[in-house]
Amino acid sequence: MTVIQKKSDNPIAHLSAEDIEIIGKELDAIRDRVIADRGERDARYIRRVIKTQRTLEISSRAVLLFSLFPPAWIVGTAGLAVAKILDNMEIGHNILHGQWDWMRDPKIHSTTWDWDHVSPAEQWKHSHNELHHRYTNVVGKDNDLGYGIMRVDEDQPWHPAYLGQPFYNFVNACFFEYGIAAYDLELGKNLKDGGHKDPAFRARARAVGRKIRRQVLKDYVLHPLLSGPSFLSTLAATFTANLIRNVWSHSVIMCGHFPNGVETFEKTSIEGETRGEWYLRQMLGSANISGSRLLHIMTGNLSYQIEHHLFPDLPSNRYQEIAPQVRALFDRYGLRYTTGPLPKQVASAWWKVIRLSLPNRRSDRRQPVAPAPLVSSGTA
Amino acid sequence: MTTTAPRRPQKVTFRDRLSRLAGAVTTPLLPGDYLDLVAPLRAGAPLRGRIVAVRPETRDAATVVIQPGRSWQGHQPGQYVRLGVDVDGVRQWRAYSVTSTPGAADGLISVTVKAIPDGKVSNHLVRRVRPGTIVQLDQAQGDFVVPEASPERVLFLTAGSGITPVMGMLRAGLHVRADVVLVHSAPTRDDVIFGPELRALAETGALRLVERHTDTAGLLGVDELAGLVPDHLDREAWACGPVGMLDAVEGYWASHGLADRLHTERFRPTVISPGEGGTVTFTGSGVTVEADGSTPILDAGEQAGVLMPSGCRMGICFGCVVPLREGAVRDLRNGDLTTAVPGDGVLVQTCVSAAAGTCDIEL
Repeated sequence: MTVIQKKSDNPIAHLSAEDIEIIGKELDAIRDRVIADRGERDARYIRRVIKTQRTLEISSRAVLLFSLFPPAWIVGTAGLAVAKILDNMEIGHNILHGQWDWMRDPKIHSTTWDWDHVSPAEQWKHSHNELHHRYTNVVGKDNDLGYGIMRVDEDQPWHPAYLGQPFYNFVNACFFEYGIAAYDLELGKNLKDGGHKDPAFRARARAVGRKIRRQVLKDYVLHPLLSGPSFLSTLAATFTANLIRNVWSHSVIMCGHFPNGVETFEKTSIEGETRGEWYLRQMLGSANISGSRLLHIMTGNLSYQIEHHLFPDLPSNRYQEIAPQVRALFDRYGLRYTTGPLPKQVASAWWKVIRLSLPNRRSDRRQPVAPAPLVSSGTA
Repeated sequence: MTTTAPRRPQKVTFRDRLSRLAGAVTTPLLPGDYLDLVAPLRAGAPLRGRIVAVRPETRDAATVVIQPGRSWQGHQPGQYVRLGVDVDGVRQWRAYSVTSTPGAADGLISVTVKAIPDGKVSNHLVRRVRPGTIVQLDQAQGDFVVPEASPERVLFLTAGSGITPVMGMLRAGLHVRADVVLVHSAPTRDDVIFGPELRALAETGALRLVERHTDTAGLLGVDELAGLVPDHLDREAWACGPVGMLDAVEGYWASHGLADRLHTERFRPTVISPGEGGTVTFTGSGVTVEADGSTPILDAGEQAGVLMPSGCRMGICFGCVVPLREGAVRDLRNGDLTTAVPGDGVLVQTCVSAAAGTCDIEL
């Protein structure tokens, strides 16, 4: 008795507890089939992506040494932006999830990897893998819901400060990596309740400081200096590449859990959750992006957010392959597989941010639901 | 891929400054990560090798010729090298005797591998690996070597691929310095690895070769040695072969009070036989617990007061991974077994792994 939906159109009202466990078993079977088949082809894939990223990054930076010359600026900036996106999305995010740990290659491992990002890998792994993936879309538990600064669910109480949230979201998009670092530190909460005096917090803050210094030194001092007369134009180029990477990853990540059709859950709803119910929450709490193979790689296969949330540790190149099986399961059990092209999903997520900056009438959501097999009534 | 540079107390050289600067430019990667793309065998890189040829020796053995990286420090005849080979995408480490001559002019080294039934790595190396493949290497190690001042009379007792370290010694010219008798067992004449080369040496009188073809003549018993090599106990002896043979030989030499004249090489010192549950030792904290086959190692460790890293406790976040130094664990989600022998350093998720036999966890 866990997943609680207060909506009148409870999307799981038609499922029995038994159905949910069968769904869990079927998903386990999909996972087992991939693991049994995982091997050389997958290892070749990630190594090829890493090689491509490194070659692209170093050649783009070489081209930018001559960034005074406008075509060099454009080519170098575009290349560097793509390299940074690949580093963060298809490579960093997925390696830090442990998707490639099975290769036993200490150079491509969740415990040794670091990424081109101001949030240290250790801290990101905690807030992302441990909290977000475990408490996906549970209001009050999953800080990814609005990142602690926005209201993205009708059930979050409104406050006048949220009027500015379209603006905060825009600023967050432009400087997303800093937003993530602050979020991983739980900076706002720690500043407010005095947690910033805690030695553990201070150590983590220092680690972020070190990472920021190294990133800034590389992108905004050393690389421009190496460019000699092109100092300023290279500075502008690396700034632009970081901006593009930030806006891109922000857009992709907004599409994962904010668009229309994605469900949220109550804190109490996950007490004593079974494996099947956990899977069900991931199924309903995530949204995909449809598009080309290139788009999937550039999103780090987070365009298969549903598959990723079901199986966060399967190699990312496999999500596309299992998607038809997962979708068939949704169809068979009458569940909504939320997906759409990138512009539509981004617009949908932004519309939610704008809409919920204003107070909504909560009454329509407070109506008692029709009794359904899985809905417990005491906590709504 | 950590960015932390090792702290050095000595004076900072120009080279150090340069590499620190290069590190600041490539952060969070290391300059070496880029150099690896073009020069994986360069000096200063983690030791690797490139396979340049695979030559069949018998129906189930092959010699793998490797160009070692620039940091290779050479070997002594009889020593082995640990090879890290990616099989089905998973890195597996195994030790093989070096069979080439030290300091060969072409700079190449070779190991000779016999495919054992169900042997993941040996079958891969004998039958599937292609020239051009990069493998991970360790420096040569092992004390199965003949000392610089070699004894006058030497006896080698070998079986199967146990001939490989001895071949390394013979190729280095041991038979020129000493009187050598080699007693070697293999199922048939054609199964004798390096058969033609050994027979050629025997024909020229460089050594005395006793071949035992066990398919027809049965296994060699230690009691037969006196008949085959009357002065066997007066010789300095080196034995390499299956565990059963080594146990018998060691017992025999010990019973004559001559254990110090016998040197053995055990290639597969531990055989992991997975079961349900087992004794888990946390090697760093010195804690040992009995864990059943359904208790996650994380829980078992925590109950015993070990400071275990942990995270989601459901197999998602990889916050709890620790190295399994030796032993076997079973994934509680799907029953998959992961085994490790020393040196593998396999990392396991303790929250979803239970002991499947005796386990040494490095923590």
